[in-house]
Order: sequence, then C-alpha cells, then structure tokens
Amino acid sequence: MAVIIKNQQVAANNWLLLRPGADKSLPALPPAGDVIVSLAQWTAQRDALLARGGHLGVWLANTDDPAVIAGDLKHFELIAVDFPHFTDGRGYSIGRLLRERYGWQGELRAIGDVIRDVIFYLSRCGFDAFELKAGEDAQAALSAFGDFSEAYQTSVERPQPLFRRRVLGGGPATTQ
Amino acid sequence: MYIYDEIDQRIVDDRVNQFRDQTRRFLAGSLSEDDFRPLRLQNGLYIQRFAPMLRVAIPYGLLGSHQLRALAYIARKWDRGYGHFSTRQNIQFNWPKLEEVPDILAKLATVQMHAIQTSGNCIRNTTTDHFAGVAADEVIDPLVWCEIIRQWSAFHPEFAFLPRKFKIAVSGAEKDRAAIQVHDIGLQATQDEQGNICFRVLVGGGLGRTPIIGTEICAFLPWQHLLSYLDAVLRVYNRYGRRDNKYKARIKILVKELKPEVFRAEVEAEWAHLKDGPATLVAQEVERITKRFTRPAYQKLDALASGYVLALGRDKAFANWARRNVHSHKVAGYAAVTLSLKKTGVPPGDVTADQMDAIADLADRYSFGELRVSHEQNLILADVRQADLFELWQQARELGLATPNIGLLTNIIACPGGDFCSLANAKSIPVAEAIAQRFDDLDYLHDIGELDLNISGCMNSCGHHHVGHIGVLGVDKHGAEFYQISIGGAQGNDAALGKVLGPSVSQSEVPDVIEKLIDLYLERRDSAEERFVDVVRRIGIEPFKEHVYGGHHKKPAGRGEQLAVA
Repeated sequence: MAVIIKNQQVAANNWLLLRPGADKSLPALPPAGDVIVSLAQWTAQRDALLARGGHLGVWLANTDDPAVIAGDLKHFELIAVDFPHFTDGRGYSIGRLLRERYGWQGELRAIGDVIRDVIFYLSRCGFDAFELKAGEDAQAALSAFGDFSEAYQTSVERPQPLFRRRVLGGGPATTQ
Repeated sequence: MYIYDEIDQRIVDDRVNQFRDQTRRFLAGSLSEDDFRPLRLQNGLYIQRFAPMLRVAIPYGLLGSHQLRALAYIARKWDRGYGHFSTRQNIQFNWPKLEEVPDILAKLATVQMHAIQTSGNCIRNTTTDHFAGVAADEVIDPLVWCEIIRQWSAFHPEFAFLPRKFKIAVSGAEKDRAAIQVHDIGLQATQDEQGNICFRVLVGGGLGRTPIIGTEICAFLPWQHLLSYLDAVLRVYNRYGRRDNKYKARIKILVKELKPEVFRAEVEAEWAHLKDGPATLVAQEVERITKRFTRPAYQKLDALASGYVLALGRDKAFANWARRNVHSHKVAGYAAVTLSLKKTGVPPGDVTADQMDAIADLADRYSFGELRVSHEQNLILADVRQADLFELWQQARELGLATPNIGLLTNIIACPGGDFCSLANAKSIPVAEAIAQRFDDLDYLHDIGELDLNISGCMNSCGHHHVGHIGVLGVDKHGAEFYQISIGGAQGNDAALGKVLGPSVSQSEVPDVIEKLIDLYLERRDSAEERFVDVVRRIGIEPFKEHVYGGHHKKPAGRGEQLAVA
C-alpha cells in the first residue's frame, strides 16, 4: 500500500492523484474515491467534480498562481503542490502563500520529487503531508523533522521569528 | 566579533550533524549523486578539477585570531597546508576529502564558523566594507545589520532553492567599499532627516556574463522593515525569476526584463502583505545583537603618535608601506593595516597555515585579536595603535605580508582559475604572476599610482574583471586559452563596467599589453594625481586600443614580436 507522511507519521495514502497526459489531455474521473486533480482539470470540470461523490483535492504546478483558487478553498479537502525537482523553490512560496495569505487550513501535501532532506524546509513553509518520491523510506524520513532544533525566521508553523521569542518572550514589540 | 549564543551554536551544530548524515547516506548509496549535489553545494562543497573544494563562510569578513588558528589547523590536517581567500570574504580549501568534510565542519563549529550557504542557489554570505566599524567616513556601522541579515538568511525555509545564487552587500560609509552596486541586493545604511537608521536598497546589480549596475528601488527603508522588505524582494524573485536557463536566472535579468519600475511595483505589492508582520525588527533585537559584538577597548591616544611620524621620515621602505597599506581610523591614534597577500610569486589570496598562525599572533599582539578579510583578498588588522606600526611592519615583512602594493597594479584580484576550478576557461594565477613580475620595480609601481587589476578565469567573473581599471578575462578560443583585456571599469561609488579593448591575446602577451597600456597612460596623464582610470575616462579607449594594437586593422604588436590574435 502506498504511504505518505502526514502530521509527522507514516500514514496510508487513500487519494488518487490524477495527472494530465503527455498531450495535456485531462484524465478520466473514476466513478468513486478521493481524487486530487490538476488546476486545469478543476477549472474545466468544476461542476462535474463538485457533483461526484468522494473527496476532492487539487494540485498546483510550480508555475500555478495560488491566488487562482483562493476563492475555491471551501471545495477542497486537500491541496497538493507538485515539485518537478526538489530544488524548484517556487513550491515553497506557494505553500506559504496558501497558508499565510489565503488562509488554507486543510492538508497541504508536497508531491513529486520530494526527498527526506527538504522536509524540514517544507514543513516550515506550511506543508503537513509529504508523498516522497519512489525509493525514499518514509519511516526513516521521519527523523527529518528534527534536523534542526531551532530556526531564525518567521514561518508558517511558528510565525514569531526567533528574535521576537528571544527578546520579547512573546510580549509586545517596540519598533521605535 | 559577534559571539554566538547557545541557540546560534545549536543551529550550527545541527547543520554539522545533518551534513554528516547526508554524506554517510551518499557514500552508502542511499542518497543519489544528483540529489546530493545541491545539498552539498549549500554547504560550500564543490567537486572540483582535482578534489572537492570546500568554501568556508567568513560572515561579513570578520575573523577572530582563534578562528584563523582553527583554519590553519584545518589546512594542515585536512588540506595541503594552505587556504585561499576569495573575493567574497570567504576562504576556500582545495584539497579536502569528501568523507572528511563533516569533521572539518565539526572543527569549524567549535570556533563558531560554518560553510552554510557558501554555494548553491541560495542566499550567500553577506559581505560588507572591510573597514566597517573603524572607517573615518562611516555613517552607520554595518556589522550589526550584516549579522541580522546572516541570521535571517541562514536556512530561510522559503528561499533555499532560488533560481540562482543570491548575494547581498551592505555599506555604511560615504565611500562604498562593499561594491553594493554590483550585488543582487546592495544596501546602503544611512540616516533619514530625523536621524533614524534606514537603508537605500539597490537591486539587480551583478557581474558575470551580463554585467549590470544595480537599480535603486527604495531610497529610504526604515530599519524596522529591513527583513520584511528583503522577504518581499526574494519572494518576487523566487516566484518569477527564470529557471529555464541558468545564464538568465539571476535577479538582474528579471529586473531588466520586467523593467526596474515594474519589478519595484511587484515588490511593493508583495511587501504590502508582509509589512508590519512578525518579521518586523524590534529595537531590543538590534540592541541584543549590538551587545553580542565584542568591541575593541581603545586607549585614549594622541591623534598622531610621534614615534610613528619619526619612523616615516627615517625609513623610506616603511614610509612606502605606510602610504599604501596603512589606512585612517575613526579613533585618534589608531590605524587600520592591510597585510598584503599579493606578494609576487604567490597566487593572490593564498596563505599558508604557518602564515595564518603568525597572522593570528599579530592580530593578538596588535589588533585586539581580530582581523578582516577584504574582497581584494587581503587581510586587515583594523585596530592598530600608530605607535605599534613600525614594529608590526617589521614583523609583517619577515612573514612576506608587507608588500606595499595596496591600491597598486600588483594588488591583483584573481580567482583560482583553471589551475583549480573546473568552470574556468583559462588560468589566472600564472597570468597574475607574470604581470607582477613585469612590474616588480617598486618605484615604478608607486609612480603608476592607483590601479585595480582584476583577473577572472571565465565569464563567471569571480575575479570581478568588469570592475577592474584593467580587467583580464580568460576565454576559450578553439580549445586554447586566451585573454580578453578591458579597461575603464571601477568599483565603489563611481562603479563602472570596463570596455573591451580588442581581440584577445595569448597568455605570454598579457604583460606586454598591460605594459603598453601603462606606457600610454604615463604619457597622457596630466599629473601624477590623475589615475589610470581617470585618463581612460578623459580620453576614451581608442588611443589605448591604437597603442596596443597599432591601428585598427593591423595585428597587434608588442615587444618586437607579433601578438597572435585569437
């Protein structure tokens, strides 16, 4: 059975990820079950997708603008962001924007070329689920959440940057 | 020096463990070479021509004597007894073994050093004025802001995988010694009319294949907003910078293609969301960082030490050195001193482990145990009592570190070039050496006066040839190494990009060309005060071209023989 990492645990993956064909044709929708569709498929088959049974997720490509789905979030159980390569940094910004600007509260899943070594960064950008690329050991990858015991910057999981926690202890800031 | 607190130390220690595990998995075969590559690059580890090359960060060029001794230890134990200071205030080791790199990092961590983000497509080591904190013309001390930026940029979760590398430089003085106009982001710390610290933000400068001078996108950024503004710039770049062609992936291309005013509007729109958010800096943090910097306990001294003045009159060699290598200081009775790593016969920027130990001793004895690395690849003792200068000079001379050539032609800035670097088209070091040998007469050198000569082994421009008064660029012509000469470049406030003189020449001809350029300069200058670059600006490059190549259509001639044109 395919597994993912979710909320820092290995979990079963019950979702079917639908990717367009090489000619960009939209794949057929299965009659039942939970599916994650591309932004193109969501846009083209919105009504059919909302009418069918099963849960619905959407996945964004590295070039997709998350603002496009900002008004549709209530229709989704899950949003995935695809990494053609883990060094394509756009997905990290997409994750933060979904969480911090558009208020996405549900599962945010990293898919594609996801390796253990970027889990720490991704989780700080708001990802709470990871479908590792083939060959990666999900159980062994759980240690990645502890790669660093602290971080300087503001992040989705901890909006207060280290400097505020250090000097203010969470109290009010003075900027003058 | 900024002294780590327990958390700073923990983060660096965590990195050592992370990299040790990555190296172990790579060697065991469970982490592929393709996946390991970007990960090791983020730790400054290249696989080079002969061996891995490890680039160690020297944040904003500030180094303690104990840290330099640790670098000497590393050079002896894991390398071949020397290191190379780069043009970005870092140090590189050219011969470590891959499996031993985690141990090197662990050693570095014991002296609060690391190799974090010294390579790869991420935010690199922030650089600054090598006279930060001591310069007489300083408005704002940039060091505190550099450390704030270091912490913000270290393992930034969103910007670890940018389209391309990203370099930030900060200057706080009237004279720009940090080359802020040729960085991805250049920050000039200044004051607004009310005396509040703020930053002038330049973006999209850079050298490399497409040299561009940066554009101002914000004239007065209040310090509170520094990090949220940087987040906004980086987010726009991360999302929209080109990733299809690595030669067009730097932020300068995005700024140019969008047009600076459109880029600026994008940043402003992004910043509108981030401004006043949790990344907004607070006064307590600036104070905390400021206090974690050790500062020299200066003595109250006369503005001019009498012994120093007497020695200047007594000893011509000392006076020559003082004229070139001693710099004014904001505190009375003190001076900053450049130890030249540009002795003829030594590759620019190279230092042996023994020299490192000896320099650390000098720093302890004469400069509060602290030193700086300059982007001109020299070392600086920033806080020396004038009364100690003569003694320091004598000791530096014995160590081969007192070549009085700072600002002169033989203070050559050069990348490691084809002898070491796998990217290079051509060698740099033998060219630098041949030029230095041609101009080894000190009186002649001083007569020529201020001249920046920069050599890059390829278009990546690590030797910053575009901003040299004379720039030398290694090019590949049908498999042979040739050199393209440009003139008229400049760094600093009047930064300019050099213009190519003409067809490239072979290695042996480079010194001839330089000599011809100098001959014409000496003939045409209106006084000894008019520098080489001033003459180029005044009369243009045509007369130089003609003098070197002997007319537009003729083949160049030099030293009685025909120069091969490539």
